[in-house]
Amino acid sequence: MLLIHCPYCDETLPEAEFAYAGEAHISRPADPMALSDEEWRDFLFIRTNARGPHYERWRHIHGCGRFFNALRDTVSDRFLTTYKAGEERPAEAKLEAAE
Amino acid sequence: MQRFSAMSLLKNALSGHKNWREQWPDSQPKAEYDVVIVGAGGHGLGAAYYLAKEHGITNVAVIDKGWLGGGNTGRNTTIIRSNYLYDESARLYDHALDLWENLSQELNYNVMYSKRGVMMLAHNVHDVQSFQRHIHANRLNGVDNRWLSKEEAKAFCPPLNISPDARYPVMGAALQMRAGTARHDAVAWGYARAAAARGVDIIQNCPVIAIRRGPDGAVQGVDTAKGFIKAKKVAVSAAGHTSVVMDSAGVRMPLESFPLQALVSEPVKPIFPCVVMSNTVHAYISQSDKGELVIGSGTDQYTSYSQRGGLPLIEHTVAAICEVFPIFNRMRMLRKWGGIVDVTPDRSAIVGKTPVKGLYVNCGWGTGGFKATPGAAHTLAWTVAKDEPHPINAPFTLERFTTGRLIDEAAAAAVAH
Amino acid sequence: MSRYRIPGMGRVDPAKPVSFTFDGKPYTGLRGDTVASALLSHGVHLMGRSFKYHRPRGPVTAGSEEPNALIGTSRGPGRFEPNTRATVQELREGLQAESQNKFPSLKFDIGAVNDRAYMLFSAGFYYKTFMWPRSFWDKVYEPFIRAAAGLGKSPTEVDPDTYAHRNLHTDVLVVGGGAAGIQAALVAAKSGARVVLVDENPEMGGSLLSDPAVRIDGRGSWAWLAEQLSQLRAAGVTLMTRTTAIGYYHQNFVGLVERVTDHLDQPPSGAPRERMWHVRAGQVILAQGALEKPLVFDGNDRPGVMLAGAAQTYLNRYGVKVGDNAAVVTSHDSAWYAAFDLVDAGARVSAIADTRDHVRTDLVDAARKRGIEVLTSHTATATYGRLRVKAVRVNPVRHGQVGAGRKIACDVLLISGGWTPSLHLFSHTKGSLSWDAESRTFLPNHKTEACQIAGAGRGLWGYGPALEDGARAGLAAVEALGRTSEPLAARVEGDRPGTGAIQTELPTDRSAGKAKAFVDYQNDVTAKDIRLAVREGMRSIEHVKRYTTNGMATDQGKMSNINGLMIAADALGKEPPQVGLTTFRPPYTPTSFGAFAGYHKGATFELTRKTPIDPWAEANGAVFEPVSLWRRAWYFPKGTEDMHAAVARECRATRASAGMFDASTLGKIEVAGPDATEFMNRMYTNPWTKLAPGRCRYGLLLGEDGFIRDDGVIGRLSQDLFHVTTTTGGAARVLNMMEDYLQTEWPDLNVWLTSTTEQWATVAVNGPNARKVIAPLVEGLDLSDETFPHMSVAECTVAGLPARLFRISFTGELGFEINVPSRHGLALWKAIHQAGQPYDICPYGTETMHVLRAEKGYIIVGQDTDGTVTPQDAGLDWAVGKAKKDFVGKRSLQRPDIVAPNRKQLVGLLTEDGTKLEEGAQIVLDPNQTLPMTMAGHVTSSYDSTALGRPIAMAVITGGHGRMGETVHIPMPNGTVKATITSTNFYDPEGERLKA
Repeated sequence: MLLIHCPYCDETLPEAEFAYAGEAHISRPADPMALSDEEWRDFLFIRTNARGPHYERWRHIHGCGRFFNALRDTVSDRFLTTYKAGEERPAEAKLEAAE
Repeated sequence: MQRFSAMSLLKNALSGHKNWREQWPDSQPKAEYDVVIVGAGGHGLGAAYYLAKEHGITNVAVIDKGWLGGGNTGRNTTIIRSNYLYDESARLYDHALDLWENLSQELNYNVMYSKRGVMMLAHNVHDVQSFQRHIHANRLNGVDNRWLSKEEAKAFCPPLNISPDARYPVMGAALQMRAGTARHDAVAWGYARAAAARGVDIIQNCPVIAIRRGPDGAVQGVDTAKGFIKAKKVAVSAAGHTSVVMDSAGVRMPLESFPLQALVSEPVKPIFPCVVMSNTVHAYISQSDKGELVIGSGTDQYTSYSQRGGLPLIEHTVAAICEVFPIFNRMRMLRKWGGIVDVTPDRSAIVGKTPVKGLYVNCGWGTGGFKATPGAAHTLAWTVAKDEPHPINAPFTLERFTTGRLIDEAAAAAVAH
Repeated sequence: MSRYRIPGMGRVDPAKPVSFTFDGKPYTGLRGDTVASALLSHGVHLMGRSFKYHRPRGPVTAGSEEPNALIGTSRGPGRFEPNTRATVQELREGLQAESQNKFPSLKFDIGAVNDRAYMLFSAGFYYKTFMWPRSFWDKVYEPFIRAAAGLGKSPTEVDPDTYAHRNLHTDVLVVGGGAAGIQAALVAAKSGARVVLVDENPEMGGSLLSDPAVRIDGRGSWAWLAEQLSQLRAAGVTLMTRTTAIGYYHQNFVGLVERVTDHLDQPPSGAPRERMWHVRAGQVILAQGALEKPLVFDGNDRPGVMLAGAAQTYLNRYGVKVGDNAAVVTSHDSAWYAAFDLVDAGARVSAIADTRDHVRTDLVDAARKRGIEVLTSHTATATYGRLRVKAVRVNPVRHGQVGAGRKIACDVLLISGGWTPSLHLFSHTKGSLSWDAESRTFLPNHKTEACQIAGAGRGLWGYGPALEDGARAGLAAVEALGRTSEPLAARVEGDRPGTGAIQTELPTDRSAGKAKAFVDYQNDVTAKDIRLAVREGMRSIEHVKRYTTNGMATDQGKMSNINGLMIAADALGKEPPQVGLTTFRPPYTPTSFGAFAGYHKGATFELTRKTPIDPWAEANGAVFEPVSLWRRAWYFPKGTEDMHAAVARECRATRASAGMFDASTLGKIEVAGPDATEFMNRMYTNPWTKLAPGRCRYGLLLGEDGFIRDDGVIGRLSQDLFHVTTTTGGAARVLNMMEDYLQTEWPDLNVWLTSTTEQWATVAVNGPNARKVIAPLVEGLDLSDETFPHMSVAECTVAGLPARLFRISFTGELGFEINVPSRHGLALWKAIHQAGQPYDICPYGTETMHVLRAEKGYIIVGQDTDGTVTPQDAGLDWAVGKAKKDFVGKRSLQRPDIVAPNRKQLVGLLTEDGTKLEEGAQIVLDPNQTLPMTMAGHVTSSYDSTALGRPIAMAVITGGHGRMGETVHIPMPNGTVKATITSTNFYDPEGERLKA
């Protein structure tokens, strides 16, 4: 069971309180109808599926209920950081250097 | 290839087993192949075998970052069945089942395909509706699958708890008699041996760094830890690592890789005659020929390449097993392990051509790849050899995610309302 | 006193005899014994049979790594478990133990015929045969193999015991209560940190329990141990014995299993048998020690052949002499000390054969002084005896040549191939190992978790180094937590550290092909099998393991992995790290399923959600069905009615007069705020802007892929407040989806979402007399059709309760749904039931609800749709706001396959001969096809309709909307049924009854 830091509650809590919500920073297009079928497919289905640092979303579903973002290494399952929804994505290199 | 038989076993026994030869050589890469297959699991090795046997393409290399059969081929719960709902799925898995039935003889390697029957439990009205739909569709597709009352289910699998007081009482079951299990390692080894005998090179411990494309966009070969290997055709069959490999060719995939755990109990004398699956309580169980109860779990919620997985999921899985089979409460878990499964949005596989000339892919099998092994391998070989879809794998394209023509086995199982 | 018990030795209590049986024969042991030590005290070594060859076996260890001495244990009905390690199971009064894998008896086992056919059963033999004739695999070969496999028998009764789960948070978790672990815990505790020390044994001490002669800080080791434990207690350290750390998971999450009652004569009532602890530790200190390895040579498995360290443990800890006349074969110093202890306790040790050319002179002198013959540069090449070792054959080795053998008589043979650090938990973390070329062992290297490794677990031998390293690890752990503590020094006298040589199988003068030199005892894997696997091309240790099954027995390779690796590496001509070490996987030792399941069994397997009205339904004889986590009243049979009769009655009563239904499980979400309308417009397919407060609309929710996800009636209570209902199973999903969009895509919208599913109890009243039933109860609202027409909502008082009243219908009849705060749900239900008596109001369940809605063609998401159905497919095009620029899923409705002709569309079906179709039945256009048939769709819903006096069905059919009136065919096993495609609106198509 992972330990996850909720950036809203500012507490580190067990995974049981959280729900994984897929890759982060995939914004819903402002005007979907203007997109080609391929562009729309990319939004719907194409995922980075990174092996290594992965920007992803979690929801503190049994806590504050907020969605937030995380950078997690999918090889070690270790969280490099978590941050609030809407914040800029932190650079990987900087976080890895800080390890 | 040194032929395996009771006679050869006896003869070799008398000579102290000194004369057995290696089942496949430890090949080093040549400069160029007609086809390079990335991933030496059952699917990749099988594709190489069928390329050689059915299409006469023997200048083939199967390369793997680790040891052959060390990925999901050696990490699954060995369930084989074909009672899928959609015509496309039923045809693919039933094609595999046809191949499974003769695979030991075909490969001269006993893969121990055991038709002990796979029973899927219905625990609510919705399950009953869903299974009936499967059964009727399977019947008209010529796929074996039938309905059992809960008493019939109990007769077929005596450890089953059919008490109406259970939290999720059993209402009946769907049974595919032709389904069962096989010895997973033997599938990889059997294909490896048979492919190698036909001239295929199996190159282990050789991670692929990138797929190289030429100025025209077509595949030129693969850069590996052992240098560049030239090939006009590259087929990627790398399961959980497919996204990473395909990304190196500039193809982004509709895949996510999740940890999937499984476990076995200590071995006991035969007590469990078949395979039982329950999607409602999330339990999958059979008993190996060695006597261990082999139990499958669900995926963890987050993507991962760690092959670890958490304790809570294992606890839930074991609880589910004990709920359906309460006599096993005092059995002990011997070991659990994790694999990495690549999952598509519609939970069906992707097999076939890609937008890149000369690049083929076989992936997205999720938790169901083992059962498809011969079918996936056989049709992938066709597609690679002829550069066109096989009638059976034709619906399993990448394009379906653009057109919306999904083969949604997960959705078809739907959800309780 | 039993024959082999030595008075005055051991930690067992001679004043407390404990009786037990083994294979029906009564024995007496002492409090503190294990089953193995008690049997050994009677001279019984034969305790089991091996897996493949059914060879007689005795205990080779004295701990949880035991591969041989596995027994069935029981204590009354339902309390039997197979494969219990006799070396771990503590004696309890009345314990019934039985041997396994034998027929008819342990001493005479027919299965041992396999041992004669040994040459045939080489590694992987089954891959090479049993293929002809094909049909024989299922019917002959496999049943034969299966029956031969397995060890003990499965339990066959339901386990009456309970199992507990507990959480535990601590600063420092120390795994292993030996010398290193104790020091680590003490140093850590002195920092003020919370410390938990666990050990799998009944008492702390580890190998100190087997080493009373060593002196620490001027005291005997047992006295020192007692003092340290009292200090630990005083420092507030939680000491947990009989507790195994089974798995080391992410971020210092460790699973512990505590065995609570298996050692007790009479378990206290209500006590769980075992307790799973979920520990989250700031720092983990692994002080698991090391495991002794056997030597691999022909006959190394005979009962009486035992690890030297085990013999030492039986002697010093249990006061049991494992034999009268021992011989020793070793490659490590430690076995010499074991021999000395045995002689000092009065046993005879005739000879020590050491594989090494040079052994420390002090050891040689000490041996000679004790009358032990010393044979260096020797190998063992055979043992003799059937059910117990009688002699060992040893041969000198000179310049690689094995000389003439000589038999040495013995009744026990102590062996030692040296020690290997216990790396299991560390490996669970995917920590990397390094190969120490000097000691030729794997040691922990790169750590992935916040942990320390102390003592023999990282290759340090002897108590002095272990104590020092334990203290260091304790300090490192607390310093990592930002604390300080004092280092702790200890002075050790009589320490007996040793060194040794690492071996493959021992050299022999006999045909190697004939030698049965066991590597994995339980699975009967021999050195020859491993070499055969390598010869056949298995180059990685994973392949060797899987091909031979080496390391896959219930000891999970604790005895066999390193020996197997050494032999495989030798066969390959490689260094061991190039061949690799198989991954150790949880659990550390086999662990009861019950401990994993914990409280999650029976009624508490998963929680059951019940509505406030559930008690009434139960009291009134309802039959229930599970729907997601809820239990819902399915139907209310009267007298001897079956489901069919009950449902028909409920349907008739509702359409004739009035019926009432508990709809509380429907999901309810309040969407509130200034931007609520905009939010609803973006989420749902329907337009919401023009919906007036006080009015309702059917809402349809798609996924972004364009397929139907959920539906429900949505009432607008005010300009900025919507009362959204969802399907029962969809409630949590829909709210999660709404929150996702609101929080991450449209944070600019000023909207609040609140789940109110459990705040409201909902009673639906339907039927021509529905208004008459509820009108007397309603205050503050005119229920007339004019002021409160169909699809209205209002807040009012019903039966004196604050209510949200909807005039909506899922039956086609005049209908109301009354929501009151949940705590009043039952009161409301009773009030309506009372008020409905003049109209013979009929409570109905979910089945009648399904029939009534099907008669009207109302869909059930998840039954009539399956996640591949668009609004157009379901005939719900009218619910899609075409003028809206965007809503969730809109773009997907333009995809090529979604706009293609001949999609499956929802229609009604009426059979020509009046048979009721089966739900899930498949539909074809051409009934005369051969298999596989081209299917055009399937039946989604099918019921007997009392209102129509015939069965009705709904189905999805290719191009169905364009096929009205066409005949389709439903091929069933007993004949094909013809049906006509119709509208799904079977009953009262004009909707007159809604307006009643």
